[in-house]
Amino acid sequence: MLEAKMGQPIRRKEDQRFLTGKGQYVDDLKRPNQTYAYILRSQVAHARITGIDISAAEQMPGVVAIFLGKDVEADKIGTLPCGWLVTGKTGPMVEPPHPMLVTDTIRHVGDSILMVVADTKDQAKAAAQACVVDYDMLPVVASIAAARAEGAPNVWEQAPGNLCYDWEIGDRAATDAGFAKAHKIVTIEITNNRLVPNAMEPRAAIGEYDSGTGDYTLWTTSQNPHLIRLLMAAFTLHVPEHKLRVVAPDVGGGFGSKIFHYAEEVLVTWAAQKVGRPVKWTCERFESFVTDAHGRDHVSTGRVALSKEGDFLAMDFDTHANMGAYLQLFAPSVATYLYAPLLGGVYKTPAIHVNVKAYFTHTTPVDAYRGAGRPEATYLLERLVEKAAREMNMDSIEIRRRNMITTDMFPYQTPLAFQYDTGNFQATLDMALEAIDYKGFEARRKEALGRGKLRGLGFSTYVEACGIAPSAVAGSLGARAGLFEQATVRVNPTGSVTLFTGTHSHGQGHETTFAQIVADQFGIPMENIEHSHGDTAKTAFGMGSYGSRSLPVGGSAIIKATAKVIEKGKKIAAHMLEADVADIEFKDGNFTVKGTDKAKAFGEIAFAAYVPHNYPLLTLEPGLEEQAYYDPLNFTFPGGTHIVEVEIDPETGVVKVVDVAVADDVGTIVNPMIVDGQIQGGLAQGIGQALLEEAAYDEDGQLLTASFMNYTMPRAGDFPFFKVGNHATPCTHNPLGVKGVGECGAIGVPPAVINSVLDALWSLGVRDMSMPASPQKVWRAIQEAKAKGTSADAE
Amino acid sequence: MTSITLRVNGKQVTASVEPRLLLVELLRENLHLTGTHVGCDTSQCGACTVFVDGASMKSCTMLAVEADGREVTTIEGIAAKDGTLHPMQAAFKECHGLQCGFCTPGMVISSIDLLKRKKDPSEHEIREWLEGNICRCTGYHGIVKAVQHCAKNGGAGAVGDATKKESTNA
Repeated sequence: MLEAKMGQPIRRKEDQRFLTGKGQYVDDLKRPNQTYAYILRSQVAHARITGIDISAAEQMPGVVAIFLGKDVEADKIGTLPCGWLVTGKTGPMVEPPHPMLVTDTIRHVGDSILMVVADTKDQAKAAAQACVVDYDMLPVVASIAAARAEGAPNVWEQAPGNLCYDWEIGDRAATDAGFAKAHKIVTIEITNNRLVPNAMEPRAAIGEYDSGTGDYTLWTTSQNPHLIRLLMAAFTLHVPEHKLRVVAPDVGGGFGSKIFHYAEEVLVTWAAQKVGRPVKWTCERFESFVTDAHGRDHVSTGRVALSKEGDFLAMDFDTHANMGAYLQLFAPSVATYLYAPLLGGVYKTPAIHVNVKAYFTHTTPVDAYRGAGRPEATYLLERLVEKAAREMNMDSIEIRRRNMITTDMFPYQTPLAFQYDTGNFQATLDMALEAIDYKGFEARRKEALGRGKLRGLGFSTYVEACGIAPSAVAGSLGARAGLFEQATVRVNPTGSVTLFTGTHSHGQGHETTFAQIVADQFGIPMENIEHSHGDTAKTAFGMGSYGSRSLPVGGSAIIKATAKVIEKGKKIAAHMLEADVADIEFKDGNFTVKGTDKAKAFGEIAFAAYVPHNYPLLTLEPGLEEQAYYDPLNFTFPGGTHIVEVEIDPETGVVKVVDVAVADDVGTIVNPMIVDGQIQGGLAQGIGQALLEEAAYDEDGQLLTASFMNYTMPRAGDFPFFKVGNHATPCTHNPLGVKGVGECGAIGVPPAVINSVLDALWSLGVRDMSMPASPQKVWRAIQEAKAKGTSADAE
Repeated sequence: MTSITLRVNGKQVTASVEPRLLLVELLRENLHLTGTHVGCDTSQCGACTVFVDGASMKSCTMLAVEADGREVTTIEGIAAKDGTLHPMQAAFKECHGLQCGFCTPGMVISSIDLLKRKKDPSEHEIREWLEGNICRCTGYHGIVKAVQHCAKNGGAGAVGDATKKESTNA
């Protein structure tokens, strides 16, 4: 009998190739006779193109072709689709076209103007830079505030006031009634800073066309190759699925930014047919900064109505979300359905109302980035709760405990549509408090003060929603695609297994985690299992990896498929063992006749299925391969507590993260090493948002932070080791009891960081801090507080 | 075009290159050593880190012609000839020091260089040393653990000629 693999920190199968330089990322691939594409990007944010002169560029060495927007239009290539129709109070969202290459109007820095295809990358770039684009500059709105200003220029004519939609959720009347009986109302206004996802692998794409068969192939840096193929077939390239293969080989991180269907995917595939050679495009980092979809960018007001005792009677939120110049694939849903329902948090607040207005601006489009809506909700709510504690003179922990949903309340119906199936928010809070040594904090604060340093402790108790999503629910809310997942389990004749999934691994370690699951289901060694993903020619279908869905949705499909294999195996075994199928048991890799020692091993059954000499051929097909689709019954709801301890040098404003303790409930854990790694990585991105990162635009729409020289990526020296704890309450509605773990680190931690910074600075009279809490900002806040002469004692 | 001769992963290579060709381009495009990655345009990310004459170097900061007559080792040349992982590679696997794998070649090489210079660096020294290598996946947790693990278990050793001794779990 093999030792169970589920729950073990098994070292990753995929590491061998990555550690030895044998990974195969898109830019590592070379197709015979390939050409190179370079796309000329706009350097201004808003302009009307009056002329494009490519005559000099066309004569340059190595140039194969130059494509303009009109060429794309002439071939009836579609515009980039939006995958979610949000319907607001006044009707459906405004949905402007998102062209592959602009023909008349530039709408953000980085907008694509033309594509040069040449024999070498340098030749393509040189020729692109020799193209002369004449344009008339137009006025720019580069922020939510600018978009909302009286008389602001419109990014789109069809969206007056730059409004994309005005949407609400929650019971307005009940919320107003809650506020009417409030003992105290606490209000907070906050900005959720725009971020650039910055996966380390820049995007890349290679298109190839086989004139003999009429088949197209696209290699692309995608989290969801089947979704890309679907969108290309239905909306953009108009080549049907059976003639289009999309391959996402090794992909160097995504974090959401590689979900979306980008113009380059269409352009290289289309151009490959036009020039009769493969076309390869690789993004430069500067291009990534201005063309990869950004994340976050909200301005919000939150209000909580409190009773005298500190109970949350009602909450009210008003959010303005920046969509950028175009609607990216999931953008409208990120600021609504993936955001607002999470504003209930871990609390039993009886009435909540949320209003979201989305705006167009002359900036790079915004879409899902690690957490996608939930970090924005958690930050707003946990900053508000912390402020309420301060203004009520209540302890930060006490106010949370008092209002927390308790274990006896599950399943818990929130006032914002979600029904949480399980959780234990008290347990994760206790775990995190223990891990950070909460009791010892005041002594540490005092010790630091003796050294002239300010210590703070900040909390965030959060819940999020993963495993998107029940297709029917998503569809009723405006999703234009299904959100199930697919798995195929192929048992090979000699008993090894090839697993095909529609999910895609780009750092998450699926090849290991999924093999652990299959190994336990079949009682076979992990070495006998190979996981294949990322190629539409190999895997039947799937919606891909995002929203922490690979295990809750994809893993459930795997379980369903393995169950079908076992069911068929039992029928084969019953025949071979001359027993009734009802008497066959499968355990530890053996099919046995109940109560006897008659048995057939898994491998023997597999062999019999492919060499069916002694086989029930009249009632059962040969072969042993099963496919399953799984459509989830509900979202999953990971949650927990994140606590951050910082130490601030008041002389420099530098915030040092000295300790991070988190306790998360991600449901059942398959591989604790990989789970911890996901949380650690999420924490780094969340702390990065809180202290370091910001996509900063000037008023002309220039991205001031468009390289790693001025966008502060977190480095090793910015963090301590993270204390990661888990407390599992298994999900009740999927077979593995898993909830998803990819995003919770980035969701929970930002408010804990800022609450910690404010805790450290409170005694100086600092009352607000925005993300990122840079040294300059912190130092300035200290100086301003000092100048005002406010202090905690004076209040 | 300029003719250059250098040793790459122990093998002599002669190439005719444009003077402006970067070392990383020579490695990736001409020699098909695609384990060395390009993650930025500004020499910040460190995904292209290789050994040049035994010292870690961002191969995007160096022209191919500057590598003339020198010894270059890429990630493909780090493991032993028989395929045994170098102790640092094994430590990265053991400590989950990689996720998507894109920054990994540079991280491994930079980490080996650190242990060559300092046998038992402190956590702080490891974190400061890795300042020039960006990872977006791991939060550096597993990476720093891996360097500590490798230091504790006999150090980095020679590249391309790792001992048979597998790194064991601490």
